[in-house]
Amino acid sequence: MTTLTWRYRGGVAARTVAAIGGGYVLTSIASALIAIALPLPRADAVSIATLLSFVVYTCVILWVFATGSALRAWIGVVASSAVLGALLWWIVGRTA
Amino acid sequence: MKEGLRQSMAWVHTWSGLLVCWLLLLVFMGGTAAYYKHEITFWMKPELHKAADAPSRVAPSESATLAVRELQQRAPTANAWFLDLPHERNPLIYASWTNPPKKGMTREERRAAFRTQNFTLDPMTGEKTAAPRDTRGGEFLYRLHFDLYYMSAIWGRWIVGVAAMFMLVAIVSGVITHKRIFKDFFTFRPKKGQRSWLDAHNATAVLALPFHLMITYTGIVTLMFMYMPAPTKALYGTEQNTMFSEVFPNAERVKPAKEFAPLADIAPMLLQAERAWGQAPSRVVVTNPNDANARVELHRPTGQQLSNIEPTMTFDGASGAQLSGAKPLSTSLDARAAIYGLHVAHFADPLLRALFFVCGLAGTAMVATGALLWGVKERQKYAKVVARGGRVGFGVRLVDALNIGAIAGLPIAFAAYFWANRLLPVEMASRTNAEANWFFIAWGLAALLAQVRPTRMMWRIQLTVGAVMLAGIPVLNAFTTDTHLGVTLFGGPGLRPVAAFDLVVLALGLLLGWAAWWLGRKAKKQAAAKQPATTQSTPLEAA
Repeated sequence: MTTLTWRYRGGVAARTVAAIGGGYVLTSIASALIAIALPLPRADAVSIATLLSFVVYTCVILWVFATGSALRAWIGVVASSAVLGALLWWIVGRTA
Repeated sequence: MKEGLRQSMAWVHTWSGLLVCWLLLLVFMGGTAAYYKHEITFWMKPELHKAADAPSRVAPSESATLAVRELQQRAPTANAWFLDLPHERNPLIYASWTNPPKKGMTREERRAAFRTQNFTLDPMTGEKTAAPRDTRGGEFLYRLHFDLYYMSAIWGRWIVGVAAMFMLVAIVSGVITHKRIFKDFFTFRPKKGQRSWLDAHNATAVLALPFHLMITYTGIVTLMFMYMPAPTKALYGTEQNTMFSEVFPNAERVKPAKEFAPLADIAPMLLQAERAWGQAPSRVVVTNPNDANARVELHRPTGQQLSNIEPTMTFDGASGAQLSGAKPLSTSLDARAAIYGLHVAHFADPLLRALFFVCGLAGTAMVATGALLWGVKERQKYAKVVARGGRVGFGVRLVDALNIGAIAGLPIAFAAYFWANRLLPVEMASRTNAEANWFFIAWGLAALLAQVRPTRMMWRIQLTVGAVMLAGIPVLNAFTTDTHLGVTLFGGPGLRPVAAFDLVVLALGLLLGWAAWWLGRKAKKQAAAKQPATTQSTPLEAA
């Protein structure tokens, strides 16, 4: 039996949080942006964006576990959330 | 997780699957049963069987008139009337109503009141049938599969939603893991321990892969606005109700005018709908009956289209005039309705519904074999320890016990629910709750015993109990009702669902019995192999 190092366990825990929590935040931001970007009536845009969100979430989760290191996973999730979040904030602020 | 994509995906597949597999088994089994929730409910109300024996020869408009006459006497001031008219899957006329809520009533009380506000008519005679026993029937299994039980529905839906998301991740990562997905499907190496379990897992998973992927994704979609509110927030802000009325435009509500106006004759409305659809409506909803703002909504029978939103026709209840029809949905809203419709499969004709049922069973088998596989694999790490007389790790023991409780215990719970339906006194107070409680009492006992002794013997005991209880249902039915297999197999088409239910549980019981027998034979073989060669280490297979 291979014993698991604490470094490995920590990596798994960090990735799990990044995948589930960070992935949800990133997906929320991305799907809100998709909803705004779609040139459709509100009801249609909301439906399509929400339908797509679960595909996005799945991809984010899988990427977090597939990428080289837990640190990289965190940087990826946080950086893309920050960029997309800033974009969303700017668009919402402009239209409000 | 540095070993490359396939290895890391294998890891994700294992853990996202394992962590939620026991809950998923409940969700899968409940959902699979829910494809036949009407038939299950009918089976669980034997008082109605006699009336359903002969096929209806009364026109739907006449049935509806009969029911409306009865409702006028029973509930002239109700909020709304609901009428289910006889059609393929429904031999009788079911009517129910909702009253304006009284002040200070809790939700439980309102729900309990609603359950008693109904009656059933024999479409042949228009007479009321015997009052059926109080049961939620298949509705309990249907709700259980996404609301859970003993907790608020919202909590249940979040828990099931998280599990479904794990499942979606498990499926996609599983596909990435299997580079030879097509070849794997044709590979089965029996009697090879871990290999065989892996092959079985692959076969059940790949065989119905489109179904599993579809059912998991569409399951999440049924409650998607709750799980992922961000797009709604972005476009509607806090006006979630506006979003709902725009996305579901058919759910328009009219307030009562509080001004008496007798309800118009509904027979002409039904005939008009029948002419338009070439088919009589299956459901009639009358809101604000006997009010100037009364509305009569007719629903086309399901089974015509993928979308779960079947066309309706609305009439002014006071004048009897048809109101302008609902606007057709836009393509993207229609797409969502179709995705939803795929999950609930109202469109399916009997053969396709049966296929969905079988796919649901395959899904259950996929989850079960996956869970077993983990135990088998993990156990091998302890092979040497066990050979020296040591014990397997805590994790393996826990997983084994949970597997027994979920894979062998759940069928016992389902069977206990049906047994309770037949054995509890018909006049018992809060009978519906008692039936549901027996589901969980049986399951709880099975899970507890499994935790105490998660052994192969426990597997055999629980599989045998499940087999006897399921296969015993037709026998129980013969002793407790007049509509046993001897009658239902040769009776009218109205009794077919009862016969089919008995036959399906019998078949499932035999399947479990076969599994128990197979385990026993395997145990004997291993014991025999152990005798001559004592130095050889014990072959290790979990099940």
